[in-house]
Amino acid sequence: MIESIFKFFTTEPYWTLTRSILYLVGICIFVAANAAYLVWVERKGAGRFQRRPGPTESGPWGLLQPPADGIKLLAKQLMAPPGSDKILFWAAPLMVIAPPLVCLAAIPFGNNVLARDLNIGLLMVFSFGSINVMALMLGGWASRNKYAIISAARVVSQNVAYEIPMLLVVITIIMVTGTMNLQEIIVQQAGGFWNWNILRGIWDFSGGGWGHIGGNLLAPVTFLIFYICMLAETNRAPFDMAEAESELVAGAFTEYGGMGFGVFFMAEYANIVVGCALATILFLGGWQSGLGSGFGTLLTSWGVIGTVIGVGFFFAKMYFLIFSVVWIRWTFPRTQFYGLLNLSWKILIPISLFTLLLTSVLLKLPRLF
Amino acid sequence: MNIPQLIPVGDPSAETFTINLGPQHPATHGVLRVKLEMDGEFIVNAQPVPGYIHRMHEKMGENRTYAQYLPNTSRIDYLSAMTYTHAFVGAVEKAAKIEVPLRAEYIRVITSELNRISSHLVGWGAWIMDLGGFTPILYAFDDREKILDLLEAITGSRLTYCYYRFGGVCDDVDQTFIDGCKAFVPYMRERMKMYKKLVTGNIIFRKRVEGIGPISAEMCRKYGACGPVLRGSGVNYDVRKAEPYSIYNQFDFDIPVYQECDSLARYLVRMDEIEQSLRIIEQACAKIPEGPFQGKVPRILKLPVGDTCFATECGRGRLLVRITSDGKEEAYRIRLRTPCFTNLSLFEEASQGMMLADAISLMASLDLVIPDIDR
Amino acid sequence: MNLVTETFSGFLSLITGLRITIKQFFSPTITTHYPHQTLPIAKKFRGHIELKWNEETGKPNCTACNICAKACPSDCIVLDGIKPAGEKGKTVTSYKLDYTLCSLCSLCVEACPFDAIQHSNRYNLASVPNQWANMDLVQRYKDQVTRVGKTPYDPYAPAPAAAPAAEPAAPAPAPTAQP
Repeated sequence: MIESIFKFFTTEPYWTLTRSILYLVGICIFVAANAAYLVWVERKGAGRFQRRPGPTESGPWGLLQPPADGIKLLAKQLMAPPGSDKILFWAAPLMVIAPPLVCLAAIPFGNNVLARDLNIGLLMVFSFGSINVMALMLGGWASRNKYAIISAARVVSQNVAYEIPMLLVVITIIMVTGTMNLQEIIVQQAGGFWNWNILRGIWDFSGGGWGHIGGNLLAPVTFLIFYICMLAETNRAPFDMAEAESELVAGAFTEYGGMGFGVFFMAEYANIVVGCALATILFLGGWQSGLGSGFGTLLTSWGVIGTVIGVGFFFAKMYFLIFSVVWIRWTFPRTQFYGLLNLSWKILIPISLFTLLLTSVLLKLPRLF
Repeated sequence: MNIPQLIPVGDPSAETFTINLGPQHPATHGVLRVKLEMDGEFIVNAQPVPGYIHRMHEKMGENRTYAQYLPNTSRIDYLSAMTYTHAFVGAVEKAAKIEVPLRAEYIRVITSELNRISSHLVGWGAWIMDLGGFTPILYAFDDREKILDLLEAITGSRLTYCYYRFGGVCDDVDQTFIDGCKAFVPYMRERMKMYKKLVTGNIIFRKRVEGIGPISAEMCRKYGACGPVLRGSGVNYDVRKAEPYSIYNQFDFDIPVYQECDSLARYLVRMDEIEQSLRIIEQACAKIPEGPFQGKVPRILKLPVGDTCFATECGRGRLLVRITSDGKEEAYRIRLRTPCFTNLSLFEEASQGMMLADAISLMASLDLVIPDIDR
Repeated sequence: MNLVTETFSGFLSLITGLRITIKQFFSPTITTHYPHQTLPIAKKFRGHIELKWNEETGKPNCTACNICAKACPSDCIVLDGIKPAGEKGKTVTSYKLDYTLCSLCSLCVEACPFDAIQHSNRYNLASVPNQWANMDLVQRYKDQVTRVGKTPYDPYAPAPAAAPAAEPAAPAPAPTAQP
């Protein structure tokens, strides 16, 4: 009987459903573990950058700190400030944690390791990614706190400003790759690391020469823009306008306590994971090793082992990016608000528009001759 | 980049709201309250409300003997405790005509300058922390720890030293301390190079201080601002040069002055002052004489009837102690003219039309110590 | 053009900052892990005051002259003494220090003409105030002497000449309460 049930769920069309559910559970665990342990990484990292050991007391190397923090936060009473809009106040943490969970469903961690192979995966990730802003805005608004409202207003203008260059950059990628399927984008970057989108436009080693695939010559700059926008979209330092603890106490989260705050905290790290995973996929070749085409074919032909190695490559790249996010946070002061907007509107948007133009010209040029 | 246009201040049609910055706020570093009238993120009016940590230090001077007032002097501006004690001790010595041995003067100069460096380091780190950068303050505390270790070895205490006495200092210094100071000077110079790369050159930091919070020399004069705030406005006034006390006229050092009048100027003044203090320490350690560290002081100290004033340059500016004596063992009145109070008073005018984050940067550039405001 | 050079140099300054912090990242930590490690306490460290005693006789140097209590700016010292039977001077019998008031200014130590008090090296005092803040320094002196294996001096003990050890009748004016 068990066999027949197993068979029932593993054959089409039910297999798709089972697979999705399994992945969603997996993603929830993945997000929870990441959120918890990225806090640990951040605290350890901050400690090391500041020449101190970071958490050490709970567990070896302080590894039990995240569960301890979680228990502490769970044990706290949930309180909404009097006069606040209770429904919106509690809806905000839910809204902020849901989008990264959905986004991760479309992200391929390895060769065919993904929940849903969507044709428009990139579009989905970005559309769900923008919900984050609204959640922070609602949280700030519903708190009935002046600091929180200022923060909410900041978050909106900040995210609007940074969505534009980010999407422009992504459009250049879509133009180069010709697809919105994340799996497809990664497959295209097979081979050496020079085939990754970050370097792709500069020299085509497969025989085309300068700018042949027509990538764009400014691809590293595009990556940088994407990275900066990713920092800003996830409200990370030096763009942490939403929290800005020395100006706005805790910004939109001022009135949240206990797990309400904990969820915002987790969402921040979940968003970083999504952002860094996207950067890895779009620019750094996803699960491709970047060690040449021979190794690349190994990854795809070795079945499970190859897939696992591919996932390892993916995580190595992704966690390096996450580490760099931590690194940046503990190095720089916060930007001023108009400085942040100026950076976007006066520098990033013109440059990304220019790269867009350049890419389209370079794409069309070979076809003209 | 660009400083936003000032909004018309006092426009009755503007819809404003009030925000309480403090008394418990991460950026006020203590219990200072600033009532901000805001139009969006722009400050229409900022009204500082001091008094939350008023401890009656002036009044306490009236009912205890001069010696008993000594511990109080370290607790007014706890970051430059040495200089504060120096001002009070100097005033009493001036009134009672107590001779201070040369070695004691050297010890005072060395410890005061060490204290000034540690005070500036905290101010520097806290400033960057107000701007959102957490790491520099811990580097600064690392260096400050070295200073505190040196001072602890001779005074026995790490913050409220209470080290100076009338006619000298409480305890002699040994060669270990002098050697420690000599070793500290090159170490600190290396660190200053690192700080300049890490913070001073940083584009984000520069954007946040360059042209922010202009305080003109005229405004300084109007409110009686002093210290690095005044010197950042292009006025060359430092008590150590203008009215030299102790033996400061025997040392070769410069007063850093910047004409830009913005937060960056005040920042650079402080950074340069650390280097000048290192120069003073270097010279003082090289030629500290042997001899007694304590002069002759009458057992029961009574000051002659009259007023005595004595000013010192503490980390935040000019501190003046005025003792009015009626010939008894206790003072009739002790008046402290503290730098933070006057520096804070210009905040209201200087912050008008600013954005909130810039106002925080401005407030950090004033380097306020709240107990020093309220006393 | 200005914007371009500024952007570029600004970017370089950020890279410089990142280089500095990563160098610190790989340097050893400098903190002392307090409960597990401790730093040596400075010799001149000013802890709360304690009574000194004569190494030979085991007698406290304090003669209950009250100069320290007068010198104290915070009125945290209250002491009392008696003239023990068969002795010339007075000896301290109780030395109460209210440590909650003490500001560790060292004025009492300097004022003492008999070199009878000194700063202790205790730094990690942390508990409910009533447990330690009202210290009895005579008791502390007795404990310390016992710890080095001697018997503490007892001012109430009958003198060898068999004088009756009565209640301290305060033969000499023994001011206790200070203004």
